[in-house]
Amino acid sequence: MKRNKYSLFALVLALMVVISGCNSFGASEKTTTKGSGKSDGKKEVVEKVLNLNNSSEPGSLHPGTAQGTHDSWILEHAFEGLTKKTPEGEIIDGMASVPTSDDGINWTFKIKKDMKWSNGDPVTAHDFEFAWKYALAPETASDYAYQLFYLEGAEAYNGGEGTADQVGVKAKDDVTLEVKLAQATPYFLDLTSFYTYYPINKKIQEENPKWFTEATSYVSNGPFKLTEWKHKESVKLEKNENYYEKDKINLDVVNFIILEDENTAWQMYKSGELDLAYPLPQDVQGQLAQSDDKEFHNGPDLSVYYYNLNNDVKPFNNVKVRRALSMAIDRKTITENVAQGGQQPAYSVVPPGIPDVNGDYQENTGDLFSEGIEEAKKLLAEGLAEEGMDKLPEFSILFNTSEGHQKIAEAVQEMWRKNLGVTVTLENTEFQVKLDREKAGEYQVSRAGWIGDYVDPMTFMDLWTSESAYNDANWKNAEYDKWIAEAKQTMDQQVRMDNMHKAEKLLMDEMPIIPIYFYTKPHTVKEYVTGVYTPINRYPQFIYADIDMDAKE
Amino acid sequence: MLKYVLHRFMWAIITLWATITITFIIMHSIPGDPFAKEGTMPESVYENLQRHYNLDKPKIVQYFFYLKQVALLDFGPSLKSKTLTVNDYIEKGFPVSFHLGAQAMIIAVFFGLILGVIASLYRKRWPDYTSMIIAIIGISVPSFVLATLLINFLAVKWSFFPVATWKSWSHTVLPSIALAMMPLAYIARLMRTSMIEVLNQDYILTAKAKGLRKNAVIIKHAIRNALMPVVTILGILTANVVTGSFVIEHIFGIPGIGEMFVKGIMNRDYPVILGSTVFYSAILIFLIFIVDVVYTWIDPRIKVTGASK
Repeated sequence: MKRNKYSLFALVLALMVVISGCNSFGASEKTTTKGSGKSDGKKEVVEKVLNLNNSSEPGSLHPGTAQGTHDSWILEHAFEGLTKKTPEGEIIDGMASVPTSDDGINWTFKIKKDMKWSNGDPVTAHDFEFAWKYALAPETASDYAYQLFYLEGAEAYNGGEGTADQVGVKAKDDVTLEVKLAQATPYFLDLTSFYTYYPINKKIQEENPKWFTEATSYVSNGPFKLTEWKHKESVKLEKNENYYEKDKINLDVVNFIILEDENTAWQMYKSGELDLAYPLPQDVQGQLAQSDDKEFHNGPDLSVYYYNLNNDVKPFNNVKVRRALSMAIDRKTITENVAQGGQQPAYSVVPPGIPDVNGDYQENTGDLFSEGIEEAKKLLAEGLAEEGMDKLPEFSILFNTSEGHQKIAEAVQEMWRKNLGVTVTLENTEFQVKLDREKAGEYQVSRAGWIGDYVDPMTFMDLWTSESAYNDANWKNAEYDKWIAEAKQTMDQQVRMDNMHKAEKLLMDEMPIIPIYFYTKPHTVKEYVTGVYTPINRYPQFIYADIDMDAKE
Repeated sequence: MLKYVLHRFMWAIITLWATITITFIIMHSIPGDPFAKEGTMPESVYENLQRHYNLDKPKIVQYFFYLKQVALLDFGPSLKSKTLTVNDYIEKGFPVSFHLGAQAMIIAVFFGLILGVIASLYRKRWPDYTSMIIAIIGISVPSFVLATLLINFLAVKWSFFPVATWKSWSHTVLPSIALAMMPLAYIARLMRTSMIEVLNQDYILTAKAKGLRKNAVIIKHAIRNALMPVVTILGILTANVVTGSFVIEHIFGIPGIGEMFVKGIMNRDYPVILGSTVFYSAILIFLIFIVDVVYTWIDPRIKVTGASK
């Protein structure tokens, strides 16, 4: 009896010892003990450390198989492509000097002198050829291989119908890279700054195909190098001493934590454990957007939030009905009171921030339609009459389950009910299911969004051609197809932009989709951090960031 | 005893096989696709992915392939990560979830039993009401609310603990408390009910009549017998807690395995769904077995024998 009681007690004690002894905090604890790396005796040099949140564990830090912002935010700081972009968005020399091409098909890149990998190896043209072909190889099974389909023979190789030798990229020697595209692509130099186009160290990849899964074997060529990766916990970048512009890099260390909950991340930002917060919780965005907080920044984003109307379903086949639904939505109310992130109401589909021949493409477009309840009512009645209906039948808005989408759908539901007297139901499903139903055409109205792949209006405009895989609205228009096809075949910017403006006007006259707003990138940065900039199609970049250590204290 | 263990082991294997089979069928019959062709993904890219992960094969071939893999303790690659396999997820995540869960269970059992015993001894007096109010709060307040409150006050306002992430022992305190509340409340209520019942038994009266001191009666006779129902649910509670909580791990940014199952389903990441189901089932089966063995230790009247009888 007695013995039993004590043994139970002993068991609990033993368990506690085991637990307190067991270390589940990752393999190394180097971070805290490291201290200042380069004290030169006279003055203690304090390391400049930037702390931020990467939200999710990267799925792949290999440029060839990376496919999301949780991969790319780190890659964009660890790697550099043939070209890169200034904070102002101008394309400048990266690993190679910026070439010109008369036909937009043949491009010859010259790798600059003394470009090095973080392990000291020289960066060669072969590394680029190898990397691009690696991403395209069918056995690599890369989600983003299609980003390279601009190259001649690339799609055939990826589809198992061609060979690697037929792909239009060839290293003539260590410094000359010849690229041949399938068709003229005026924005190709923008693409070469994108992460699928980054090089990989051929030698490393051949020796150890798993090099990108651990920090110890990781080799990159950008301003920072990966020095520690505690899976699902944190990623640590340090300044790359082999980077050619290392004198312009001020940060010594960048610590990414991996924390999915935006609210907790915001609390960590407030308590000073993070220096930059993005993305922000929705209600926080709302409050900050209306305040004049100096830490709050907002920038344009290359993406649009819109509703698909299924043009195969009666009466959405009628243009007057479609226009009526669009005109009955009060977008300003949605952005200011519902979405609350400083978004911009959209009266066209191509977001601001893309250069036109002169000025900004979206500004030149202007508003392509206007809102108006009376006009909407009239159009709806006419449209219904044309379809032989006396009243719009009940239909549903399909969206993927999310609080934000729900609120917007509710607002639209109410606006359509009040303004047009239409009964609308809401239907939420998982994201994967929504995609399935859109592809199968089993919906009436669905929420959608599109993030541009490159900085050119075409990344939006070719979504609604008859052949496009993302034309879930099932809208087909020969004239639209013709304008887009023409724009795709020429290098003449004037012709391209004119065609796309005309096509966009036609799209908005026909209204197969209802644009709601253009996303923005609201984020906060502590005031002692300077030099963070936000390119239109990237997360906030901190390549040239600096920390005022006195102000931080 | 050995015969009993072998017998249980055989049933465990059959249960696991049934779990895999049912999960496999359900998983493939829900709509959605792991590589849903969002946006402009061309057919060739989609087909390469399907081929790479053997998803182009007939379902029955995939099923037997998977059974063979599991027999070799290999749960396969995750469809959403080129870096970590399902085995990596479990190997890296389980120690973390186990650590957190064990701390939470220690808190829950320790305070749960104390609250339950106090409540039963002072029945319908203020210690009883206080304990039961704590228990009701513990059961009814969702863990994400509690976690948020803990972060807001103990971390942000008063800076006693770090807000989140998993770096040192002090990082574990808040999530442990948040995770412990539910089982704590559960144990407290069960212990109270069970104690009250035991205290009304004849043998307690006998013990008192023999002139045993009150403390001796309570500790030796009452608590020991009252523990039985608590031990019964302890197996399931522990299995629940040590396999990680999606909500707590999500809020505190803890690299455990709590998110595996939920995110696996959301992403239609088939190997992750199967792997986490198998793993969770194995843990549950093992803990229920432990509970059965512990019964005999607490209550000598129960004997472990073979299945017959």
